[in-house]
Amino acid sequence: MSDAQSPTDFDPVEPNTGHDFEPVDVFPDSNDFDLRPGADSCFKCSVCDTNCPVAEVDDDFPGPKFQGPEQWRLKQSDDDYEIDDSVMSCSNCMRCDNACPSGVPLSQMHNTARGEYVEEQMDKLSIEYIRNRILANYRTSATIASKVPGLANWGMNFGPARWLMEKTLGVTKEREFPEFASETFRDWWAARGGADASRRNAQQSRERMGLDRDADKKVAYFHGCYSNYNSPNVGQAMVRVFEHYGYEVVAPEQKCSGTPMFANGMLKDARRHAEVNVSSMSDLVDQGYDAIASCTSCSMALRQEYPELFDIDGIEKVASNTFESLEYLRIHEDIKEDIQETDVSGELAEEFAYHAPCHARNQGLERQSVELFRDLDGVGIEDVGESCSGISGTYGWKEEKYEKSMEIGEEMFEHMEHAEGDVGMTECPTCASQMEHGTGYEIRHPLELLEAALVK
Amino acid sequence: MAINSDVLVIGGGLAGLTSALKAAREGADVRLVSYKQSSLRHASGLVDLLGYTPDGEGPVTDPYAAMSDLHDAHPYQTVGTDTVREAMSMFDDVTDYRGDHTDTNALVPTHGGTVKPTARYPTGAAAGLASDDRDVLLIGLEAMVDFDAPHVAAHLEAAGVPFNVRGETIRFPGELQADAKITRYAKLLDNNGEVAVRGRKKGARDALAERVNTVREKEERVGFPAILGDAHTDAVRAALEEKIGADVFEVPMGPPSLPGLRLEDSLFEALDESGASFETGNPIVDFDADGDRIETVYIEKNGARIPNSADQYILATGGLVGKGIESDRENVHEPIFDCHIEHGEDRYDWFDGDVFGDHSFARFGVETDETLRPLTASDSVEFENLRAAGSVLGGYDFQAEKSGSGVSIATGYVAGENAAAEAR
Repeated sequence: MSDAQSPTDFDPVEPNTGHDFEPVDVFPDSNDFDLRPGADSCFKCSVCDTNCPVAEVDDDFPGPKFQGPEQWRLKQSDDDYEIDDSVMSCSNCMRCDNACPSGVPLSQMHNTARGEYVEEQMDKLSIEYIRNRILANYRTSATIASKVPGLANWGMNFGPARWLMEKTLGVTKEREFPEFASETFRDWWAARGGADASRRNAQQSRERMGLDRDADKKVAYFHGCYSNYNSPNVGQAMVRVFEHYGYEVVAPEQKCSGTPMFANGMLKDARRHAEVNVSSMSDLVDQGYDAIASCTSCSMALRQEYPELFDIDGIEKVASNTFESLEYLRIHEDIKEDIQETDVSGELAEEFAYHAPCHARNQGLERQSVELFRDLDGVGIEDVGESCSGISGTYGWKEEKYEKSMEIGEEMFEHMEHAEGDVGMTECPTCASQMEHGTGYEIRHPLELLEAALVK
Repeated sequence: MAINSDVLVIGGGLAGLTSALKAAREGADVRLVSYKQSSLRHASGLVDLLGYTPDGEGPVTDPYAAMSDLHDAHPYQTVGTDTVREAMSMFDDVTDYRGDHTDTNALVPTHGGTVKPTARYPTGAAAGLASDDRDVLLIGLEAMVDFDAPHVAAHLEAAGVPFNVRGETIRFPGELQADAKITRYAKLLDNNGEVAVRGRKKGARDALAERVNTVREKEERVGFPAILGDAHTDAVRAALEEKIGADVFEVPMGPPSLPGLRLEDSLFEALDESGASFETGNPIVDFDADGDRIETVYIEKNGARIPNSADQYILATGGLVGKGIESDRENVHEPIFDCHIEHGEDRYDWFDGDVFGDHSFARFGVETDETLRPLTASDSVEFENLRAAGSVLGGYDFQAEKSGSGVSIATGYVAGENAAAEAR
């Protein structure tokens, strides 16, 4: 007989009748996220560990299962437990989320633990803290640099200065700093006539498409830092492609998505930026706009990290109305058919070695560029495989992580070199810089190719 | 608007992959969506057809011969033995698995020291077959508690294998942490990465072979836990064979499993080549139907609902473990389309008191018509454009029978073929 059927005096309706008991405070601090259900769901199958690009190369990194559910349990059972400093070696690629068969929110646990480690255990005067804070607040440096792009481009890659940065701050001298554009996306956008010009362009397209001139097609563009300061051509392509499909675009006030801040445990900085982003996006969502990002890490932050880490008015609404640019067109337009019926010639008629960024994977976007562009005449595209590029935003910029970063990227570099052609493609600007660094290839964004294919 | 295809397959395990591949090969525009990464990385990587009869007799020598004796509701009876053969030949076509030269089951040693009857096995396991009478040395690694080589060897001898088998435990060369991941070992061996041995740098393959050579006597075959590389596993094995001077094989392991990962990779590669599209990472949470036709299903991404529409749908979401079937104290149900699942009213009837007894929960799943369309309680079709494949199907106990892979491949093949035919 089963034990479950044997009679006991346990009464599930009134389990403690006649006994005194100490109530257990399950939610000790209502401001903390309760991650217990996630920790309880982990049955230690370790499949998350097989997805970790860092654990594959770093003999000091214990992997996502430890960083997440195991560390969370240790923290709950011992008030003096301190977060293990290895959490700073997690690159926040978030691949483990996609692996877990039980839906354990691994990256949320890692982000929470890292935030606590930085806030409570890290020496705020240490070089590591200062270096990480500078790297995480890329937007601040970029704002200054973009005022004097020529000088910044020279100074940031000036050999002796870079040697000094490595010695004093621990920023690797092996990489070239991204180039700042002479005109930011926002400058271009304003000079072009902003939202009014976009509405006129959208109306023209709607007429061409046989739609109502005032059709309700409007999107709010979250361009992020990189498309603004470094690659405004991506932002411009986004605007032209969306206008081509009859969408009027607005470019609301925005700050950094927070991606580099999450990865460095700078949650207070991230929250400050998120408050601005959520506030401006949620107003627009109320007016019927959807939020569109061209960087998969930005869309990941707005969709997943914001609601997982912050409690800000309107945050859920923004998360559920944020999309990646290509994804949005795949849902709402006949883009597959349009691509099949057109062709590309000229500068972008190339064979592309495509790398899917880790942050695209959890959003289910790792295949969309390859699957779309393989039907486009005039170009070829090849997926260079599942490997992480190894840079993970700021991770590969740290002097002590540089070699690991290149070791992680080795598989991608090899596949890129085996692929036909010598032009790369990816959605993520830091993956792009790693691809370029490892192979010397020029790297393009899918929106640039989409523009070349559709907007004649 | 929605993301459109002819056939939409829900689930990225063996059944989902097989059905998507078959439908795409039949010319349909196929899309596969999976909540999480494929469950294949939890699997041993062995592909079984039928190891034991439902009455527990076996190991079965010829699985095809034994299929005709199965009860009528068994998925193999639904699709027919000839179709199982066809499906297996498609599997053979897209993988480099062994075992297709015969109908007879192979006997493969497991990491628990048992011998498993299986129809197909990875090339890397070939030198380890229990029907081979050459002596075996099993190599365990100090930090890898999942594979205790002397213990496995003792178990195999107790099982009566026709050869001498000995287990030795060595330290993996280099400064790996005690809890190193299988992917760490695999990556080091794939790249022949440098490891430090007594202050000198060596390639990981050479260093490992040298350690094995200090404990090997005259055994002609050497077995390792399945960590011998990922992308370049054949090269790793060949290099070790050369340096050790014996045949080298892998013993399939529990999750997470590199042979499972490699199988996953080769099937997704085949799917890519067939022109199908796929995505993972988010669940299907809802659907729209018009009468008995499914019109659209919705993928949920952090509150956004992404519509996906197809002419035909295939449900390959797995069983109780894969969460294609869910249960609570009152009910057993299929969570996406709420297809009928036959189960007793009293939950104490769902299991047997004996651990290895005849549990009815093991056979929970949807029942189908002969084209694999799920049926309601009154035996009418749930949806005219929905088919089911793999462990979401009821009527068989794959754990006891050792039939999980074969049923997934065979029913996936049939579901894919029928869906593609209907979509035309």
